[in-house]
Amino acid sequence: MPHQLRGAAAITGLGITPMGRIYGKSSTDFAVDAVRLAIDDAGLEKSDIDGLLINAGITGMTGANGVGLQLQNALGMGDLRLLNHMNAAGSTAAQMVQYATMAIDAGMATHVVCVFADAPLQQGSSSAAAYGNAGRRSGPTGILGLSAGAGHFGANTAYALAAKRHMSLYGTTQDQLGAIAVAERSWATMNPRAKMQDPLTLEEYHASRWIVEPLHLLDCCLVSNGAVAVIVSPANQAKAMPQPPVYVWGMGQGHPGDARRAGDAAETETGARLAAETVFRMAGVGPEDIDVCELYDCYTYTVLVTLEDYGFCKKGEGGAFVEDGKLGPGGSLPTNTGGGQLSAYYMWGMTPLSEAIIQGRSQGGERQVEKNDLILATGNGGALSYHASLILSPHAN
Amino acid sequence: MADETPTKPVSQPDELTEPFFAAGEEGRLLLATCVVCKEMRLPTSPTCPNCLGEGYEWNQVSGRGKVYTFGIMHQRYHPAWEPELPYNIAVVELEEGPRMPANIIGVENDEISVGMPVEVVWELEGEIPVPRFRPLA
Repeated sequence: MPHQLRGAAAITGLGITPMGRIYGKSSTDFAVDAVRLAIDDAGLEKSDIDGLLINAGITGMTGANGVGLQLQNALGMGDLRLLNHMNAAGSTAAQMVQYATMAIDAGMATHVVCVFADAPLQQGSSSAAAYGNAGRRSGPTGILGLSAGAGHFGANTAYALAAKRHMSLYGTTQDQLGAIAVAERSWATMNPRAKMQDPLTLEEYHASRWIVEPLHLLDCCLVSNGAVAVIVSPANQAKAMPQPPVYVWGMGQGHPGDARRAGDAAETETGARLAAETVFRMAGVGPEDIDVCELYDCYTYTVLVTLEDYGFCKKGEGGAFVEDGKLGPGGSLPTNTGGGQLSAYYMWGMTPLSEAIIQGRSQGGERQVEKNDLILATGNGGALSYHASLILSPHAN
Repeated sequence: MADETPTKPVSQPDELTEPFFAAGEEGRLLLATCVVCKEMRLPTSPTCPNCLGEGYEWNQVSGRGKVYTFGIMHQRYHPAWEPELPYNIAVVELEEGPRMPANIIGVENDEISVGMPVEVVWELEGEIPVPRFRPLA
């Protein structure tokens, strides 16, 4: 018996603004643009929208004018039946679709817009500064301050430490991390929206400067200004809407949190394990059934450990799994087919989700995969602290 | 001009952690221990994240542990740390279980390894004692 929610809702609208070093717009401005694009894409009127879920990016976490509930006013949307401003970092995009699906099934709303927007880049300032300043904004006291006191700054540090732990435990190599960067870039060469469209060799990967060993520059995601909005609708209405519906088959979450206690191993065994149990159970499928992966890739390592935790290979074997190029074009497990956050655009969980929708609609153009029956899209946030995922399909059931 | 030299962000003792830093000045490492379930916790918090019990006491621990993981920082991030680039960052798993962020001293960066036995060394940064670790002799 399939789960009652499997196929109950579908993604019917997708709006992607221009992204990258685009200045002169606030994250709220970007969000309005994305919502307008998504409504047009879905063939709806603004008045059809009765749910709005909002996720600000880093600017929402630093008090730097992140998009918030005021977006409702900017959109001129009254009479909403569902409204919230959500934040579980990079896992939020998938979560918004989950809560929208449940609300639609419960009869609380009909067409729910889920939007992510961020504008951390400022003219004349580096990508590192966009996130670095955020990490430096306060000097925690007490034992929490020991990290900064030891020069541990920013997300790059946390993920380098996690990757190094994995490399040490399982013999994962720099070449294997590099294989992920190379595979994603191969996909990005076919994505007109991708920021980095030049092909990449493993040699060029190794030659890119160190950020925090064992992470090179090309192990790390981009930083982008922009917004992405998606619309979730009831399955029975989706069929009659203009875009090919992308149905929600599975939903899962897993959150180890940030307070690592003695014995925790979230660096190498992440929240994706819990999410995998739930998402596969709901969809009634297993990893062997997944045709395409769109995995949150703030770093190459995140992809590797996520593949392990979803059971595509055994724990510790992620390096060997990715090394043969199976994630790239023509490979047996097409992954991050738009170039991901490493090579295309950094819209947090909306990067994997937007590409999953494009592939589910068979609108990937040159990079469209042949088989797209089941697509896994994941989101991850914090220092491997928060995780959520969706299994999507072009088939209603 | 001295005032314009950037200083490293050093953790300031607060009400909860004053004993931790005071012991550090004497070269001793204390961890808060729940009086209910006896779990040692790091960072310190008013209630126990394991059993939610209230109340804790400070217990001296061995100060020994192993490198749980480490990295080498190359990124220009904080101006006061720039002269030290590339410097190591590590997480040390103490014998008693909790893990501490720290730097490894007394060893070249390329000689650090995961699992390396280390012991705490308190160094003053300004007037504040900072726990660092060196390879166990």
